[in-house]
Amino acid sequence: MRPFNIEKIDSISDISKIKSVNKQVIAGGTNLVDLMKKNVAQPETLIDITSALSKKVNLRGNLLNIDAMASNSQVASDKDVIEKFPLISKAILAGASPQIRNMASSAGNLLQRTRCPYFYDITTPCNKRKPDSGCSAIDGNNRMSAVAGYNDQCVAVHPSDFCVALAALDAQVSAITEDEKVLVIPFKDLHKLPENTPWLDNTLPKNAIITDIKVSSNAFARHSAYVKIRDRTSYAFALVSVAAALDIKGNTISEARLASGGVAHKPWRWYEAEKFLKGKSATEDVFEEAAKLATKDLKPLSENAYKIPMLQGAIVTALKDCVNL
Amino acid sequence: MERKEQYSRRSFLKISGLLTAFAAVPVSVKAFYQDVKQFLVPKKNVSRITLSVNKTSHTLYVDTRTTVLDFVREQLNLTGSKKGCDHGQCGACTIHIDGERALGCLTLASMAQGKEITTIEGLAKKGELHPMQKAFIECDGFQCGYCTPGQIMSAVACVKEGHTNSVEEIKEYMSGNLCRCGAYNGIVQSIQKVAAR
Repeated sequence: MRPFNIEKIDSISDISKIKSVNKQVIAGGTNLVDLMKKNVAQPETLIDITSALSKKVNLRGNLLNIDAMASNSQVASDKDVIEKFPLISKAILAGASPQIRNMASSAGNLLQRTRCPYFYDITTPCNKRKPDSGCSAIDGNNRMSAVAGYNDQCVAVHPSDFCVALAALDAQVSAITEDEKVLVIPFKDLHKLPENTPWLDNTLPKNAIITDIKVSSNAFARHSAYVKIRDRTSYAFALVSVAAALDIKGNTISEARLASGGVAHKPWRWYEAEKFLKGKSATEDVFEEAAKLATKDLKPLSENAYKIPMLQGAIVTALKDCVNL
Repeated sequence: MERKEQYSRRSFLKISGLLTAFAAVPVSVKAFYQDVKQFLVPKKNVSRITLSVNKTSHTLYVDTRTTVLDFVREQLNLTGSKKGCDHGQCGACTIHIDGERALGCLTLASMAQGKEITTIEGLAKKGELHPMQKAFIECDGFQCGYCTPGQIMSAVACVKEGHTNSVEEIKEYMSGNLCRCGAYNGIVQSIQKVAAR
C-alpha cells in the first residue's frame, strides 16, 4: 500500500476544498482498502465521507429512500424493505459476509470495482486498471467473465448483487457533482458497458458523490426472487445471478422484471424476456420459453460457455420461486 | 558457550571500503539516490490516532495506512485478533465496532476513531470466560485455533442478531469465517448451545 493522507470532512461541499490531484473518497472501505493493499488503487489523499452523508432508510409515501451511508445490513434488515421491497433484501443477503455487509455502504456497493482476476493483478495488462494496456482475460482465465455486452477491450462483470435488484426495480440514483449540481440518474444508466473507456465503470462525472438511492413502490413484493449461483454455497461472487419480479393478476403476468449479475459489465436486464412474459400465464413452460429467449444471443468466451445453460436454469428457477412453483 | 568473533577481518575490510566509497560519492548523486528512494519507497504519513479498544482509550502516532487490526496487534500487543488473508476473505480478524461485527483488516484505524472497538481480549468479564468462549471449549469448536478468535467474535454477534434458528441459518451467517481445520460442526454446536440459553 502506498502512503496517503487522510482527511475527514463533515460536508460534501468540502471535497472541492481538498487540493490533491489524486483524491479518492472512502466510506465503508471494504473494496477500496483491499484495492489499495494490492496497489491497484493508489490515492494520494483519502477523503473520509462517513460523517458527511446520512444513513437513513425510510419509506415516504410511495418512495423508498436509501441514504448513501446506510450499511448493506441496515438496508437488508429494514422492515419496510423486507415487507415492500423483499427483492432488495434477498439480493443483499446473497452477497458478501455479515461482517462486510455491516461495514459496506449502499453507495459504495454501487461503486465497487470488478473482481476480474487481472484487474487485481498489477503484473498483467488490464484496460480497466491501466488504460490501453490490453485485456488479459479475453484470452485468459475468463470463466467468471461476461457473456453479453463486452468487447475486445474488457470482459469484466459487475460484481454487485444489490445492483441487480435495483436494476430490476428501476431505481434512481441521486448524486452531487463537484460544482454542487444535483444529478438524478435512472439506475439502468448509472453503470455502463466497456465501450472505448473500460476504465470507467459508470456514467458519474469525476468526483461526483452519490447521496441516495430511490425506489418507487411497486406490485412485485408478493412475487419476487433472487437466485445466485456461485462456486460455494455462501460468500462468493456470482457465476450468474437472477433477480425476478412478477406482478400477477389472476393467473396472468401483468408485468415482469428480470435482471442478472455475472453476465455483463453492468447489471443486465432481460428486456425481451420481460416483454414476452407480459400477458402470459405463470407456468413452467412459459418460464422456460422466456429463459431461452433471454439467452439466445449470448456469446460466451473460451471458458465460460457453461454460463448459458446455467443462466437458463437460474432464470426458470427464479421465476418459479416467484410463484412457488 | 564460546562466542565466535563477530567481526571478521573480511567484513571489516568490506564495510570500511563501502564507507570510503560512499563518502566519495558526489552530493548530487546522493540527492538523486534520495529522489529515487522517495519514488520507490514513498515517505509514510504519520497521524495522531485515538482508538477506544476494550473500553480503554489509546492515543498513538501511527502510519495512516494502519488498519484497526495492525493497531491492536502491533501497537497494543492485543494479538488475539489474527491476520489471516489481510484482504477481508477469511474473517480471522473479526472484531466488534460499536457492537457490530466487522473486519479489522479492512478498517483503517483513523476511520474507527470515536467508535468502541471490542476484540477477543475484551470478551471475558472479571477473569470469567464469555459463554461463547466456554462453549467453544466444551464443543471442540476448534483444532489449530488460528481462526477461533474471529469465529468467536462472529458467533457472539450471530447470536445477538438472532440468526440461530437452524443449522443452515447459522452456517449462512457464519460464512464470513473460514476454518481450514474444518471444525465447523463444533462451531455450529457452540452457537446452538449459547443461543439455547
